[in-house]
Amino acid sequence: MEKRTGRTIRLQKKIRFAGCASIAGPMEGEGPLGSCFDQVLEDDLWGENTWEKAESKMFYEAVRLAIAKSGMSMEDMHFLLGGDLLNQLIAASFAARQIDIPFLGLYGACSTMAETLSLGSMLLDGGFAEQVVCCATSHFSTAERQFRFPLEMGAQRTPTAQRTVTGAGATVLTSKYGPGPYITHVTIGRVVDFGIKDANNMGAAMAPAAADSILTHLEDTQTRPEDYSAIFTGDLGTFGLEILRDLLIKAGVDPKDVLRDCGAEMFAPEQDTHAGGSGCGCSGITLNGRLIPELQKGELDRILFIATGALMSTVSSQQGESIPGVAHVVQIERGAQ
Amino acid sequence: MIFVKAFVIGGLICVIGQILLAKTNLTFARILVIFVVSGVVLSALGLYGPLVDFAGAGATIPLTGFGHTLAQGVKIAIQTDGWVGILTGGVTATAGGIAAAVFFGYLNALIFNPKTKK
Amino acid sequence: MESYEAKKGEPQAKETAQAYNAYILNRMPKTKVLQGCIKAFIVGGLICCIGQVFIEIGQNYMGMEALDARGFASICMVIIGATLTGFGVYDIIGKFAGAGSVVPITGFANSIVAPAIEFKREGLVLGVGANLFKIAGPVLVNGISASVVYGLLYFLFLR
Repeated sequence: MEKRTGRTIRLQKKIRFAGCASIAGPMEGEGPLGSCFDQVLEDDLWGENTWEKAESKMFYEAVRLAIAKSGMSMEDMHFLLGGDLLNQLIAASFAARQIDIPFLGLYGACSTMAETLSLGSMLLDGGFAEQVVCCATSHFSTAERQFRFPLEMGAQRTPTAQRTVTGAGATVLTSKYGPGPYITHVTIGRVVDFGIKDANNMGAAMAPAAADSILTHLEDTQTRPEDYSAIFTGDLGTFGLEILRDLLIKAGVDPKDVLRDCGAEMFAPEQDTHAGGSGCGCSGITLNGRLIPELQKGELDRILFIATGALMSTVSSQQGESIPGVAHVVQIERGAQ
Repeated sequence: MIFVKAFVIGGLICVIGQILLAKTNLTFARILVIFVVSGVVLSALGLYGPLVDFAGAGATIPLTGFGHTLAQGVKIAIQTDGWVGILTGGVTATAGGIAAAVFFGYLNALIFNPKTKK
Repeated sequence: MESYEAKKGEPQAKETAQAYNAYILNRMPKTKVLQGCIKAFIVGGLICCIGQVFIEIGQNYMGMEALDARGFASICMVIIGATLTGFGVYDIIGKFAGAGSVVPITGFANSIVAPAIEFKREGLVLGVGANLFKIAGPVLVNGISASVVYGLLYFLFLR
């Protein structure tokens, strides 16, 4: 059978989720998903003296916990794929110096979780590894200072603004025999830019990329939205989700109630985060803390996980560039139990 | 009475800022720049002085008042010191505010740690 | 394959980008402008009233001239803004008041103290020292430059 159909990769081996870990910040813990996470931090400094170090620690601990939950050990892991939002990936790379696993640092902005899973499953399918561990992390306070304002600054946020999720999600994937869920297909996204420049409206900037990847995936796999129990985008937020729905309907695909967004469901309305959560930790902890367990329990059967990334930097914003978006699709199935 | 005037004028100047924030995509820094430069221009045109006499702190506390102080400082310095006042007047007149902000900024940085927003 | 020159700077076709931006602008949840203005008016007005208190104190109890009393009031307000920022209160006021707490000189103090505290962990010289004027710097650069231009014009033509 062909490994590629159009832009979609069909994995030949059964790539299995062997262990999942999620570590969330205090505010995420108070949200509607609070009980899903393996660990909720009481203090987002987590005993470190800087937030960057705390974020690095989250990455490290999530990787460690995912490996422990898989019943394997660090030595069994052939690759570590991970990333975060900080310049030069300092959270992931600095955590990786304490982890003796060959490391690939990946930057996909908030799409990192799907990016690591895609590459990880391809490494496994190609036979280059038997176990890989994938991890994505973000931290509100490190992202805020890098991309927006100092924390004590009294600036108002717009209704479409989102809050970066403090959290780290890690997954151990293996090609060895065992129970699911499994990754069956992967569609790597193209970079799409429809000219949005407002950094407080990342949902609108990323929605066209998500639409492009979803439509491509559906066409390549000859499926429709009804064939899935849920289609989860990463962090479009409430507004971006509406836009994506519009774009899909315009393209002749009505996602109905199947289409959902991790960012839009991360916080409760009374937490006043405007359009919801964002950051690579947002899709990372939702996948590992909520979606995979729900697949294991049989509450979900077959899902699309589409982490979306806005690929801008402070420099590009200041130079007046628009915000390019990217979205990678990972199809996950519960499989026969 | 002066308090009512200060409240109304000061409040209205802030409302202009709020409309700019809501209707344009201007950042925090740009809004501040616009207000200070407008203050200099309005003062130069002789429009801001009467407003200060009318509303007191309602006109001096908004950042347009900072611009007014810069412009008036330059004007007075030129009258007393000649051409060198072009360069010395503005900063001299606003030195108190700037030095206070710098010093207390430094002091606060020594005392306080940044806190995550709720 | 189209050349880089032909493709660059045009995120998709220009018309698509324009149409999409117009559509997004139309679909955007509306900010509550009136409500925001009322909040800004009240908080901004109150801050100015506090400033007026210091002007009165300066004039009536400390024997200052009007000009000095205004300077004194500004300095007091800077100190208040700086302290509230330090205690982490000013960002809460700012969330409520918007421009009502940005436009007064307390907002200027906030814009200096906030990055100063934020960059503490990068050290006192390159962290605090270099970032203190991250936001207020443009204000001073433009304000002082404007005043020098005015001074030049005044010196040459109006004196």
